[in-house]
Amino acid sequence: MPGVVHVQAKINGEDTNFLCEPRQSLLEVLRDVLGMTGTKEGCNDGNCGACTVMLDGRIVDSCLVLGVEIAGREVQTVEGMASPGGLHPLQQSFLENAALQCGICTPGFLIASRSLLDAEPDADEGRIRHWLAGNLCRCTGYDKIVRAVLQVSTTSNK
Amino acid sequence: MTSSNQVLSEVEYNIVGKRPIRPDGVDKVTGRAQYGADVKLTGLLAGRVLRSPHPHARIRSIDTSKAESLPGVRAVITAKDLPFASLTREELGGDYGRLKFASDHMLASDKALFKGHPVAAVAATNAHIAESALALIQVDYEVLEAVVDVREAMKDGAPLLHEELRTSAMGEIADKPSNVAAHLRYEKGNAEQGFAEADVVLERELNTASVHQGYIEPHNSTAFWNTDGQLSVWTSTQGSFAVRAAVADVLRLPVSRVKVTPMEIGGGFGGKITAYLDSITAVLSKKAGAPVKQTMTRAEVFEASGPAPGSWMRVKVGAKNDGRLTAVEMEVAMDAGAYPGSPVMQAITCAFACYDVENGKVDGYDVVVNKPKTSAYRAPGSPQAAFGVETVMDELCQQLGVDPIEFRLLNAAKEGTRRIEGPVARRVGLVECLEAARDHDHYKSAVEGENRGRGVAAGYWMNRGFQSSCVITVNFDGTVSLIMGSVDIGGTRASIAQQAAETLGISYEDVKPTVVDTDSIGFTMVTGGSRTSFATGIAAVEAAESVKAQLVARAAKIWDTAEEDVEYVDGEVRHKSDPELRLGFKDLARQLASTGGTVAGQANVDPPGEGNSYAVHIADVEVDPDTGKTEVIRYTALQDVGKAVHPSYVEGQMQGGVVQGIGWALNEEYYFDDSGRMMNPTFLDYRMPTSLDLPMIDTVIVEVANSGHPYGVRGVGEVPIVPPMAAIANGIHGATGLRLHSLPMTPGKVLEAEWEQNGV
Repeated sequence: MPGVVHVQAKINGEDTNFLCEPRQSLLEVLRDVLGMTGTKEGCNDGNCGACTVMLDGRIVDSCLVLGVEIAGREVQTVEGMASPGGLHPLQQSFLENAALQCGICTPGFLIASRSLLDAEPDADEGRIRHWLAGNLCRCTGYDKIVRAVLQVSTTSNK
Repeated sequence: MTSSNQVLSEVEYNIVGKRPIRPDGVDKVTGRAQYGADVKLTGLLAGRVLRSPHPHARIRSIDTSKAESLPGVRAVITAKDLPFASLTREELGGDYGRLKFASDHMLASDKALFKGHPVAAVAATNAHIAESALALIQVDYEVLEAVVDVREAMKDGAPLLHEELRTSAMGEIADKPSNVAAHLRYEKGNAEQGFAEADVVLERELNTASVHQGYIEPHNSTAFWNTDGQLSVWTSTQGSFAVRAAVADVLRLPVSRVKVTPMEIGGGFGGKITAYLDSITAVLSKKAGAPVKQTMTRAEVFEASGPAPGSWMRVKVGAKNDGRLTAVEMEVAMDAGAYPGSPVMQAITCAFACYDVENGKVDGYDVVVNKPKTSAYRAPGSPQAAFGVETVMDELCQQLGVDPIEFRLLNAAKEGTRRIEGPVARRVGLVECLEAARDHDHYKSAVEGENRGRGVAAGYWMNRGFQSSCVITVNFDGTVSLIMGSVDIGGTRASIAQQAAETLGISYEDVKPTVVDTDSIGFTMVTGGSRTSFATGIAAVEAAESVKAQLVARAAKIWDTAEEDVEYVDGEVRHKSDPELRLGFKDLARQLASTGGTVAGQANVDPPGEGNSYAVHIADVEVDPDTGKTEVIRYTALQDVGKAVHPSYVEGQMQGGVVQGIGWALNEEYYFDDSGRMMNPTFLDYRMPTSLDLPMIDTVIVEVANSGHPYGVRGVGEVPIVPPMAAIANGIHGATGLRLHSLPMTPGKVLEAEWEQNGV
């Protein structure tokens, strides 16, 4: 293969090595090279948020990051959210609140929601709506997604 | 946060009406669910489609030789590789025109009819090489004048898309070619006389823009054409059997040679019924001798899948001073896109279905234009018609000085009302929805604050029945497997399993639902038409009833008694006269293996009793007088659902439909340049509502049981998108005094109306 690059990075806590072409996006690397299809493609131009992942603790659209750019960095995807002991509280809340219909936007929303609550555990409705505005959902009208995140946020327990 | 999701319920069941976790939920929150784009096969090639850059052009020639010689390219195809190219008019007879449209829609043979029309396709070892190969294909086009506006396309002298298309007008075929594919009319009473009797008559013209369903998952398809002639397709579709039929038709194959496996689907809303990629992918696979997968880009989704039609409407209504309607009339012209088949018939049947009126006349025109062929979008045709009718009715209420809900109650369609197109309504719940709206805290509260207004609108969708199949097999531990052909697009594994569990009298957790491929279940129509929880639900109930009958027979055999002496009650079999003889479902299941083997019930149904849906929406909006921007600040959707099988997913359908309607009302629009090219094929420029644009969407589930379903279920999914555009337009009027007659009601249009009002 001409021009492939060896990249070493940490993905969901695991040291990971892969070969990719410089033109391949992180989304392509995750899905096509590493077989991690939990991260979804919705638009491939940074406008829908379906491919949201965490890169060194910040959310990014993985379609707008090149695979080679993650060398030496840490990526977290939806596949890393649940533990052997069970689902992440946000995953459980999405299920209980029927916060997904088709489910294609769900991985992106879960990652974005987790990044918010990790930084602001008591985020209120306005903050949640603002933070999630980069993620499109066409099925739910967002109502149940916002409620699911609020249920995990400590504001709703006060 | 105000939590306001009410269920006005009269009948309670054990499992139907509860809110269990969906069976496919964990896979969808952990990223394990396999959608169409996630398919992996050994030796998988990537496919890409070359599309016409011109909205209207004759294809003189296509040279694929350079693309074919690019390293990594395994197959290049054009329309010449489709069976239609080698079939003659004589061979096809009366089917010629239909197959030409079906085949040309997949790959254009003589003309490109919209920007994005497929003209060639490539399979290569990866998508980047396939993309490079597309650039090497040389197409010689003769560019033709395009027409994208529905009324322009109807004019004499407009550029003709199809030289052989002639208007079919109420049974007559016209003698000269036209872009008007059909003219339909329904009449009831005498509209002219009705208008003469009216004290107030209003007539308005309105229009709506093309909009897209906006599902987040792009179309995709994977196909493998084996050397034994067996074709396998894995795809995201609302209807695996619809894809099978379309592929078998275009590729002239027996349906038994085509197996379609429906993958998880990332939204559809009517837009994932047409098989845009599957036939092309299959032919690429045949030519390459390897499996091929392709996914559309977002721009391809906008430009080359099926948006909902733009429309022009003329609405005329007449009423007495007391508010009683005397006559209604409407003309609707809908753009079908490049090939005939807009939902204009649904538009004119839904238009006045909320009203019981003596005299009515509706005309519909199906018009081809140089846009992608339109597809279904949630209650296809009804939202456009409701925007027209419900805004004019609101103006009528204003002129008469009557409350919009009281006006609708006075004129409401109810059991026995004959609609303009003929059918007489069975028990329907419009009156109950209107009463619940009138009594709702939202409607009773005052509209407070400057530049704010409230709008009300109603909506109708007939809902569908159609064919569904289910198989229920009893496992020896007393759990059951439930096999179905209905694709699960938003929680129907749960709602069908609930109905099976309810009927069997066992727990929801003991029913394992699975959606299977077209070789593994009987014919099942698409997940669409608000039919799945209704019709596939009935299939599950009937399959469960068959299981119950067989379990009764098995118990009779075990007890050595007559079947008539045994009954099935609350999940167990009982001897009618001997209280000692009873077996719970699980106990009997354990005895099946040694008493003749397992028990399986199957049902193939085509239920006639779908119940019509009605919805009433209340929207509070605030309009910024400086920018013209409209914000929705409170919204309540009320709907008769018959019986909500899983209320959370019913609320989700209502909220999702409302928000698509808000987008349709305020933002969403295909912008075309003068030559007919879409200028905004991205989610940045085709702006759908985000979480930041919206309030919570309050819901009221009204349950007026549908006698055509064992648990009273009506379809749910489509009618929620019908009222929002008019509710918001009427709210804008309340806020500003402006009547907007054109969708979307963008800030620019609001400002222009404001300037016109102020004489600026």
